[in-house]
Amino acid sequence: MSKRTVHFRIYRYDPDKDAKPRMQDISVDLEPTDRKLLDALTKLKAKDDSLAYRRSCREGVCGSDAMNINGKNGLACLQDIDQLKQPITLRPLPGLPVIRDLIVDMTQFFKQYHSIKPYLINNDPPPERERLQSPADREELDGLYECILCACCSTSCPSFWWNPDKFVGPAGLLAAYRFLADTRDQATNERLDNLEDPYRLFRCHTIMNCVDVCPKGLNPTLAINKIKDMMVRRAV
Amino acid sequence: MINRIVVGAHYGLKDWIVQRATAVIMAVYSVLIVAVLLAVKPASFEAWQGVFANGLIKFMTFLFFVSLFYHTWIGVRDIWMDYVKPVGLRLALHVLTATVLVGYTAWAAAILWRL
Repeated sequence: MSKRTVHFRIYRYDPDKDAKPRMQDISVDLEPTDRKLLDALTKLKAKDDSLAYRRSCREGVCGSDAMNINGKNGLACLQDIDQLKQPITLRPLPGLPVIRDLIVDMTQFFKQYHSIKPYLINNDPPPERERLQSPADREELDGLYECILCACCSTSCPSFWWNPDKFVGPAGLLAAYRFLADTRDQATNERLDNLEDPYRLFRCHTIMNCVDVCPKGLNPTLAINKIKDMMVRRAV
Repeated sequence: MINRIVVGAHYGLKDWIVQRATAVIMAVYSVLIVAVLLAVKPASFEAWQGVFANGLIKFMTFLFFVSLFYHTWIGVRDIWMDYVKPVGLRLALHVLTATVLVGYTAWAAAILWRL
């Protein structure tokens, strides 16, 4: 990779100063070692320190730097910069209130996550060492526990845009199935009752935007279908 | 009244299954009716009438319309639920949609059995 100049169009909004959001055109010179979008954002921040965005681990583990990159949600730290068409348009995650620039208020997202009780419920006295699972039972949790709650999926889902207060959203439903699928969990019925609702679960119409954007390659739609399968098995 | 978010109506599974079942019925009917029409090749009004005078065809056609209207009910209701926020207006639209679809069902029966 060589030295190069990369052009950006970035959504800027500071509610304390601006009457309405604007798009800022800005360019930055990159070194050969700058490979990911987050590297460029670091350079941009040095050039214009009023730019605000979240970041932490810079390697796709924390989920802080989720944003809308050229129209598609993703993590800046995992996105190769040379694969993007210029000017690279950066916007905050759609559907959530903007706090400033690329930073959104994730309260609604986490409210939905908490509503599915994302923890193991087991009222048996804990055994001396650990609650065991068979390797096959444990395998069912693969593709579920890896979620980093970056909100790329839920904020690309139209059902979540229209009903963020009522629809659990793909991230929350993936987590819900993670505990429904866990053989150590004893609250299966309560969990299914909690989700059997025209809004909470059945707003999902399987358009699979969530699968398209997940930076960890997870499949919330599959998990949602498995929840529906469990409900059918319970009902018929 | 304080505007708290109320959610948890505890229905939806039945509608979800019905939507899929009716879709299958419509798909099967579409293939069958095309096959029947290709086999019979009705060229005149009387020939068309003859095809639909058959009791089984009549029954299957009615089943198709009932499936279509039930499927429509779930789909249109979902649209109202997504886009119409005032509860009174939404309820009115639900009632209107259901009434129209029940009317269509009766109308379909009247047309089929008048033949």
